[in-house]
Formats: sequence, C-alpha cells, structure tokens
Amino acid sequence: MSDATKHLLENLNALAAGLFLLTGFGIVATRQARGCLNLFIAQSLLLAASAALLGLRYNSAHLYGVALVNLVSKPIIVPWLLRRTSPAGIYTRREIDQVLNIPTALLIAMALAVGSYFVGIPLAKAVGPDVRGPNVPIGIAVLLLGAFTLTVRREALPLLIGLLAMENGAFLAGIAIARDLGMLVELAIATDGLIIVFIMGVLVRAVQKQVGTTAVGDLASLKEGSPEAAADEALL
Amino acid sequence: MSIIVILLLPLIATLLVCVRLGKRWASGVTVVFCLADLILVARLAWLVVAGVAPAELRDAAWSNWIAVDGLSALILLLIALIGTTAAIYSVGYIAHEKPEPKRLRLYYANYNLFIFSMLAIPVLAEPTLVWIVVELTTLCSALLVSFYNTREALEAAWKYVVLSLMGAGVALFGFLVLFAAMHAGGGGTYTWAGLLAAAPRMPPMLLQAAFLLILIGLGTKVGLVPMHTWLPDAHSQAPTPVCALLSGIETTSILYVILRLFPVMQAVPGSHAETWALVLGLISAGTAAFLLLQVHDYKRLFAFSTVEHMGIILTAIGLGASANYGAMQQILNHSVTKSFCFFAAGAALLAMGTREIAAVRGLIQRSPAAGAALIFGGLAITGAPPLAIFLSEFSILKVGLTQGRYVAMGLLATFIVIAFFGVMAHLNRMVFGAPTIAAPQHHQPETAGSFRLPFSCQLALILGAVPVLVLGVYVPKPLHDLLAMAAAALTR
Repeated sequence: MSDATKHLLENLNALAAGLFLLTGFGIVATRQARGCLNLFIAQSLLLAASAALLGLRYNSAHLYGVALVNLVSKPIIVPWLLRRTSPAGIYTRREIDQVLNIPTALLIAMALAVGSYFVGIPLAKAVGPDVRGPNVPIGIAVLLLGAFTLTVRREALPLLIGLLAMENGAFLAGIAIARDLGMLVELAIATDGLIIVFIMGVLVRAVQKQVGTTAVGDLASLKEGSPEAAADEALL
Repeated sequence: MSIIVILLLPLIATLLVCVRLGKRWASGVTVVFCLADLILVARLAWLVVAGVAPAELRDAAWSNWIAVDGLSALILLLIALIGTTAAIYSVGYIAHEKPEPKRLRLYYANYNLFIFSMLAIPVLAEPTLVWIVVELTTLCSALLVSFYNTREALEAAWKYVVLSLMGAGVALFGFLVLFAAMHAGGGGTYTWAGLLAAAPRMPPMLLQAAFLLILIGLGTKVGLVPMHTWLPDAHSQAPTPVCALLSGIETTSILYVILRLFPVMQAVPGSHAETWALVLGLISAGTAAFLLLQVHDYKRLFAFSTVEHMGIILTAIGLGASANYGAMQQILNHSVTKSFCFFAAGAALLAMGTREIAAVRGLIQRSPAAGAALIFGGLAITGAPPLAIFLSEFSILKVGLTQGRYVAMGLLATFIVIAFFGVMAHLNRMVFGAPTIAAPQHHQPETAGSFRLPFSCQLALILGAVPVLVLGVYVPKPLHDLLAMAAAALTR
C-alpha cells in the first residue's frame, strides 16, 4: 500500500470520526425521539465506516468483522427489536421541558468534548506510535456525551440511545487501541447490546401500562424523607 | 468437566422451568438444580484447596477461557450457597403472593438465568468476557427487580438498569484500555493470569487509567458512594429472595472483578490503587452509616447496610496484604449474614404487610419467628459478638491499628458503631412494644393475631442462621485454607 493511499484512508477515517462526534452532539440536543434514533443509526454506520477504513489501513480482518457486526446489529436489528418490544408511542414523543435548555446543554457538551481531547491525546500516545487519528479523543468525548444525555433527558427512547451511544464511543476508541480483541468477544458485545434494547423495551412497555407515560426520567417517588411526603407524591 | 457442568445446570433449569407442569414444578426444579450446583461447587472448592487442578484447567485450550483459583472458588461457593437458600426461601414466599402461573415461570426462569450470569463471573478468565457477564447480571435481574410491576418497582428497575449500564459503558472502555496496555507491554494472552505476568512491562499510565475507569464503572454496580443512588431502591423493591441475592452476592461478585486488578496494579510502583480503595471505602461506609439513621423502610435499612459493608471490605483491601485475610472473611460473613437479614425482613413483611418501620410494632407477638430472626439478623449484621461479622471486623481493625493507621481505623470504628445504633434503634422499635396491624400494601395479612410463616421460609431462616452462628466462633480448616488462598490471590 502506497503512502498516499494510507494518508487518504487516515483522512477519511478522521472525517468519519468527526461526523461521529457531531451525531453525539445531536443526540444531546434533538427533541424529537424519532430524530434521536436516526442519529444513533447514522452514528453506528459511521462507527462501521471507521472500523472498515482502519481495517483497510492496517490490513486487519478483525476490524472488518467489527464493521460487519455494527452494520447488521445496530441499524437493522435494534429498530426492529424496539418495534417488537416497546409501545409505538415512544417514537412520536417530543420533549418540551428538558432538565437543561438546549443551548446550556450544548455548551456543557462542548466543554466535555474539549476536555476529552486533553485526556485522549496522551492516552493514545501511551499506547504506541501507530495509534494516530482522532479516534481515542472522539471516542472518549462520545462516551461522556452519552453519559451526559442520560442526565438531561427524560424520555425513554433518548435515554436508551444515550446508553448505546456510550458503548459506541467506547468502541470507536477501542478499534484504534485494541485492534485484535477477538471475534468471539466482539460478537458477545453485540449480542449484549441487543439484550439491553430488549430488556429496556419491556420495562418501558410496563411503565407505560402502569404509569401512563414513557417519560421515565420523571419517576421519582423513591427517596429518603418523610413517608407522608413520599405518599403524597405518589398520589400526584 | 465439572466447571462446565456448574455453568450448564442453571441454564438447563431455566429451560425446564418454562415447561408447564403444575404449580410446584418451577420452584422444585430450581431448588433441586441449585442444590446440585452447590454440591458440585463445594467439590470444586475442595479440589482447589487440596491443590488438584480440575481436568479442563490443565488443558491449554480451556485455560485461556476459564480459570479457578482460591478467590474464584470462594466467590463461587458463596453464589451457590446463597442461591440455594434463596431458592428454598422463594418456594413459600412467592407462592404466598399467589402470582399467575405465567409470572411464576417468569420469576424462576429469570432467577436461574441470574444465578448463571453470576456463576460465570468468577469462572471466566478473559476480562472482556467477564465484562459481558457482569452486564448480563444486570439484564437478568432487571425483570426480577420489577417483578411486582408497581410504580415504585418499575422506577427502581429503570434506575438500576440505566445507572448500572452507564457504569458498564465506562468499565468497557477501561477493559479496552487494559487490553491496549497489555499490547503496548509486549502482548500475551488476555486473561487475569496473563495480565499478572505482563503487568511489569505495561505502561503505568495506561494501567492506571484502566484501573480508575474500571473502579468507577464497576463501582457503580457495587454501590460505592457516590454512585450508590440506585442501590437502596433496587435492593428494597425487588421480591425479598431476590434482595438476598442482590445484596448478598451480586455486589460481592462484582467487587471480585475489581479485586482482580489489585495484584496487577502492585506491579506499578506508586500506583496508589490501595489509597483509592481506602478512601472510597471509608466514604462509602461513612455515608451509608449516616443514611441508615433516617430510613423509613426496613428493607432499605438493610440495603444501606450493604453499601456500608462494601465500604468496609474495600477499606480492608486498602490496608494492604496483611488485611487481605480479614477482607476475605468479611466477604464471606457479609454474604451469609446479609442474605439471612433479608430473609428475616421478608418474614416480617409477610407477617405485617408493610415495609414502613413506623407502622410495625410488636412484631415478636404477631410472629415470634420473624421477630426473633429480625433481631438476630440486626445484631449479626452490625457486628455484635460472638457472631460472624464481629470476628472479621475485629481482625480488620486489629491489622489497621498494628499498622498505625489510627485516623482511618478510628473513622471506621465510629462508622460501625453508628451503623449499629442506627440499625438496632429501628429494629428494636419494630420488634418490641404493643402490636399494631398496619394498613396493608400488597401483602394482605389473613387474620389478626398470630401469623405462621410458610415452611420453606422457616427452613431457609434456619439454614441461613447456621453459618452466621458457627463462623463467629469456629472457622473449619478447609474453609480457613480457602480464605487464605483467596487472600494470597490478591498479592503478587
């Protein structure tokens, strides 16, 4: 492989990683639940693209495997599973009152992304000289953005997407630093992601049936304090 | 073969439970299979203590995937033991609530899957696979936590899943960094043993980053403060036998994964892994001791006590090699005692029909068995002599004091005393005094006056009390050897 091709592949990978970061911001800020799911699908496709490009660059069959697993499980099986398990209403939900308003949330998200750059670069350097490109800092950034999504959203679907985005972020960094992890592990992790979607879908359906809402973030009757106050809140 | 069989038995039980054969089929199958697993695990632990490696561990093709040493054997033994007593307890407890046959099958199928996922943690040798089974413990127990389908149970299950998986996401990155660290240090097989061998060559910075990510990520599931917020909810809303599993062994088996990293970290000079453990442990024990004072729900009381005990174990690990035996003894004693406490709390719940501490008075008159068990459990879990936990807490404090760590040990002793008064003040008010019949929640007391516990609950209470009593005065020689081997696995 010529140096020019290598260079091109690295640049394309950087482009995919950059777009990956953008989808992370999108998941924090998109009000429409359906939009969140679409952004997550785009994010998984970009992860697969990054794995394929790095696979070409380093000639690693294992990375092609990662790309294939991501291509099949997340854009196809996850939406299918969601349709099967959870109430149809979760797609059309819009969050009017988020915990933080969108500009503030984006500002904090930006700070997280910048912070993860300062952590990610030395970490990538410590792994070895052949870990180039922005995969590690952007992976950490999306990991943190996913965790941040979990703290600001209340609707079930965006919360689930936040969890899966964290895993995507860990993987984007992982394909750069742990290139030959083993196919069995890879498949097991993909299956695990699907079990997460299944269990959470079942829980959301039960919540909707019992409580009549899918804004699971608003459930807050369990806490310390006087039992009367807790009972009052449960009645409201 | 035996190790594979140990993992297969709960899976076979899961399949059998789904067959529709009468009312007692599901519970019977679960008890029989758990008991068979306990016998196999006890035999395995015996072999490990005797120094005979089971057949598949001598074969290189297997040893890259599964490994059992003293530490794994101890955790396996606890999982199988508590799994069995909780299964016996479930028979009468779940039948008492008269669920539909479909929900009964769902309960036992999830129960067996949950046991399987926990048994796989100490057996697997490859860290990323361990991460996956840790995720499975969350996913298999989520539907057990939400079993009652009430608003509160669903909220607890949701919080449990979201926070545990959030922690797992951080831990996944930690395990990938650990793999990268090993690769940067010249490679080797990615197993606990391989890590131990490769540790001196790994870049210290990566190793430290991986340690902190895994400590924070899995610490969420262990219930370390400040990541503990989900634990009292999930550990109090689940059906009581499941609470015994969650508090008694799930937290411990996740802590086991963190413990596996300590010998690896000792290869790095100045890694401060022990200091992290000591500080996080003291914060957890202290916060939980104060939160214990203001609970209104007696199952939450025991849940906070779990946070406190995880803190005590981590503090002991932070004291270094000489306290490792005490830490292992504390793990053993906490598991047997905490599961007994939840059995007692469940008996009180059956008798009184409410979880409110303020609504329960004179329990000992309504149900002498439940009242006596609750007081005994309270004394045992807070470390009253001559019961099991007193012995291990005393040995931890003794090691700390001989090392001259007066401030840390003073704090730890204070927290233990605060927790003692917190727990006993609440339980004392519940057990003695004039009896009241409280407004029922979802357990309807059939008649006023005295209440008779289901036979299987009585049996589980008796079986659970035996180790709490015996281990306080006498540790059998094979068990002592196992604890010593487990402690030795924590140092290089």
